[in-house]
Amino acid sequence: MVETKPRIVRFDRVQKSYDGETLVIKDLNLDIEAGEFLTMLGPSGSGKTTCLMMLAGFEPATYGEIYLNDQPINHVAPHRRSIGMVFQNYALFPHMTVAENLAFPLQVRKVPKPDIRVKVERILDMVRLSGFESRQPAQLSGGQQQRVAVARALVFEPALVLMDEPLGALDKNLREEMQYEIKRIHDNLGITVIYVTHDQSEALTMSSRIAVFNDGVIQQLATPSVLYEEPENAFVAQFIGENNRLRGKVASVDGDYCEVVLRDGATVRALKVNVSGKGASTCLSLRPERVAIEPNGQAEENVLNGRVEELIYLGDHIRARLTVAGEDEFIVKVPNAPRHASLSEGTWIQLAWAAEDCRALDASGKEAAPA
Amino acid sequence: MPTPTDDVMRTADGTPLKISLQRALVRSRLRALLLVLPLLAFVLVFFLFPIGHMLFRSVDNRIVGSVLPRTAVAIQDWDPDRAKLPDEAVFEALVRDIQAAFKDRTLGRVGRRLNYEKPGMSSLFRKSGRGAARITGAPYRDRMIAIDKRWGDSSTWRLIHRESGALTSAYFLAAADLKLSERGAIVRQPEPRRIYLTLFYRTLWMSGLITVLCLLLGYPVSYLLATLPLRISNLLMILVLLPFWTSLLVRTTAWIALLQTEGVLNDIMVFAGLLSEDGRLQMIHNKFGTVVAMVHILLPFMILPLYSVMKTIPPSLMRAARSLGATPFTAFVRVYMPNTVAGVGAGCIMVFILSIGYYITPALVGGRTGTFISNFIALHVGETLNWGLAAALGALLLGLVLALYLIYDRIVGVDNMKLG
Ligand SMILES: Nc1ncnc2c1ncn2[C@@H]1O[C@H](COP(=O)(O)OP(=O)(O)OP(=O)(O)O)[C@@H](O)[C@H]1O
Ligand SMILES: [Mg+2]
Repeated sequence: MVETKPRIVRFDRVQKSYDGETLVIKDLNLDIEAGEFLTMLGPSGSGKTTCLMMLAGFEPATYGEIYLNDQPINHVAPHRRSIGMVFQNYALFPHMTVAENLAFPLQVRKVPKPDIRVKVERILDMVRLSGFESRQPAQLSGGQQQRVAVARALVFEPALVLMDEPLGALDKNLREEMQYEIKRIHDNLGITVIYVTHDQSEALTMSSRIAVFNDGVIQQLATPSVLYEEPENAFVAQFIGENNRLRGKVASVDGDYCEVVLRDGATVRALKVNVSGKGASTCLSLRPERVAIEPNGQAEENVLNGRVEELIYLGDHIRARLTVAGEDEFIVKVPNAPRHASLSEGTWIQLAWAAEDCRALDASGKEAAPA
Repeated sequence: MPTPTDDVMRTADGTPLKISLQRALVRSRLRALLLVLPLLAFVLVFFLFPIGHMLFRSVDNRIVGSVLPRTAVAIQDWDPDRAKLPDEAVFEALVRDIQAAFKDRTLGRVGRRLNYEKPGMSSLFRKSGRGAARITGAPYRDRMIAIDKRWGDSSTWRLIHRESGALTSAYFLAAADLKLSERGAIVRQPEPRRIYLTLFYRTLWMSGLITVLCLLLGYPVSYLLATLPLRISNLLMILVLLPFWTSLLVRTTAWIALLQTEGVLNDIMVFAGLLSEDGRLQMIHNKFGTVVAMVHILLPFMILPLYSVMKTIPPSLMRAARSLGATPFTAFVRVYMPNTVAGVGAGCIMVFILSIGYYITPALVGGRTGTFISNFIALHVGETLNWGLAAALGALLLGLVLALYLIYDRIVGVDNMKLG
C-alpha cells in the first residue's frame, strides 16, 4: 500500500464488551492512513458503530489502546479529539437554524465572528445549500439534512471524519447523488474518512479500502477490487457481491491449486486460498459472471452439468438459477443475446469455468446474510 | 351533461370537489361528535354551568329588589345627590315592604346584604322589622325615624338607592380591597379591612417560589430518569409516582409530624445539639411549612412533563455536540436545555396554576401567615356565607390564571407545551 502516508488512526488489540459477558469487538488491530476513505462493512450487530463510538470517545475500550496521530486517546475527552462525526440520524440541533448548527463547532472553538460567517458560507456552498441558512432542520428534506450534517462535521476542518450510515435513510437516487458528493468532498479536502455502511455497492464505489466486519472481527481488509476478486474466506465471498458456493472435500493439493471432490462426486480444480490441506472440507467460491454456458468445445478446466430451475428476465440479462452438484442456489447470468435465447426451465446445460476463478475457501458453516 | 366552464375542480358527477369533500366529512364529524357527546354534556352540566353560575353570583344583587320591591321602585325618583330625605311615598313603601318581609322572615337577608356595605345595617333592619309591624298609618316618615333615627340619615337611603339595582360591583370591589364611598366614588377599604390584595400577592409569589423550587428539584431528577437504563429508571419512576398514590391528607399531615416544634426534625436537631430545647424552630403553620409541603406534593407534576420531553431527546444530540468540540457543560446548556423548554413550560404552568388554587395543604399547614386566597374563598363559602364575595374572589383568581396562560402563550406558545 501507500507507504509514505502517515498513520492517523491505530487500533491496537482493542476489545470491547458492554455487559462483561460477551465481546462485541474481539481483538481489533487496524491501521488507517491519512487521506484514506476506509469503509466498515458488515451485517447488523457486527460492531461497526461500537468501533466508531470508541474512536470518537463515547465508549471506553475494555482492553487495548486506540491511537490518534500516534497519541493514545483512551483518556482524552470526546471534545478534545477533534474528530468530525456524522450520526446515523443526523443529530442536527432542532432548536437552531442551519447556519447556527454549522456555526456551533466554530463558536465553541471561539473562532471570531466574521471568520465564522465566512466559513459557514463556504461550507454551505460546498454542500450546495446556499440560501438555506435560516431554515430549521425540520424544514429540510432528508437529503438536505444529511448534507447539513456532513457540513457540520467538516466545518471545523477536522483531519478525521467518521460517518455512521449517513445515507441509511435516503432513497436510491438521493443516495447515489450523496455518495458522489461525499466522495468529491473527500477528494477535495484530502481528509480521512471512516465510513460505516450496510450497503456493499456503496462500499465498493466509494472506498479506498474496505474492512469487512463479522462478529466483532475484521474478516478481510483490502481494496474494493481485491475484496471482490480475491475474497479470503467464505464469509467475505458470500457477503460481497453475488457468489456461488459449492461444498466439497479437498482430494489433492498441487502447488497453488487443488482438486476438490464435490458432494455428488464430481471433481473440480480450484485455486487453493484458505484450506489446510488434503482431506479438509472446503467451500468453493465462484462469481456468476465467470461461468460460461455451453462452452462450445473450448478447453476449460472445469466442466459441469446443471439443471435449469428458474429463469428471471431482467432485460439486459437473464438470471438463471440452476442445480449444480446438489446445490440448488447456483446462479448464472446469461447475456440477452440471440444465441442464448433457447434456455428453458427443466433442461440440462453445460457450464464451464477456469480453475483460477474458483477459490477454495474455509468451510465455515455460517450463512452470511447478504446485505 | 354540460361541461362547467369555470375552473372549479369537480367530481365525476359535476359537484364541486369542495362540496363533496365536505359532505364526506360531515358523516365522520357527526360520528366524532356522538362519541364525545356524553363528556360534553357532563362538562356542560357539572362544570361550565356551575362556573357560569358562580360568575353571575359575583355581580348578582337581586336581594334588595326582591325583598323590598315597593321601596326599590319608589326610590328611583329620589335624587341621592341632594341632602333631602325621600318623600312620604317612599317611606310608605318601605313600611309595607318591611311588614311583608318581617312576616316572611326574609328581612334578615336584606340586613345582612346591606351590612357588607355599611356596618350596623343588620341591626337596623332587625329593629325596624319589629317596630314597623305596629305602624298602621301615616305619617310613615316620622314613625320610622322614631323607631331608629338612622332612617332620618340620607346616607342610609343612598345605600338603599345604590343597591336596589339588579347588578352590583360591590363584591368585586371588596375582593380588590375597594369600596364605593357614600357619594359613589371608588375608594380603598379602611386599613384593617385590606386583606385580599395582600392575599393575592402572597398567593402569587409563593406559587412562583414553589414553581421555581419544583423546577430546581425536578430537573435533575427528570434528567436522571430519562438517561438511566430503563430498568433502573422505571424503579425510580415508581418512587416519583408513589406520592400520587398516597392520600393528600396523609402526606400533608406527615409534614406536620416532621416539621412541628415537637416534631421529628426539631427533635433530631435538639438531640444533635444544633438547637437548644427552647430554641426549637417554628417550621410549620407558616409560609415555610406551606412551601415545603406544597413543593413535595406538586413535584410529580413538574417531573412528569419534563421526563416525557427529555425522553424524546436522542442521546446522539449531546454526543454530536461533544464531538463538535463542546465541553459537557456547554453541550448541556446550549443543546440539551433549549430542547427541554417545552417540558419546562408545561411543568411550570402546571405547578403554578395548581398551586395558585391550592386549598387543603395551606389550610392544614399554612397557619395564619401561610394561607392562600383559596382558603378565604372557602371561608366565605362555608362560614360567613358571603357567596357573592367568594364568587368575586374566585372570578378574579380565574381571570388571573387565564391572563397568565395567555402571557405564557405569547411568550412560549401553547402548541410548544408537552404535558406527557
Ligand atoms: N449500549 C449498548 N449496550 C449493550 N450492548 C450494546 C450496546 N450497543 C451495542 N451493543 C451490542 O453490541 C453489538 C454491536 O453493536 P453495534 O451497534 O456496534 O453494531 P453495528 O455493527 O453498528 O450494527 P448496525 O449495522 O445494526 O448498526 C450488538 O450485538 C449490540 O447488541
Ligand atoms: Mg450501527
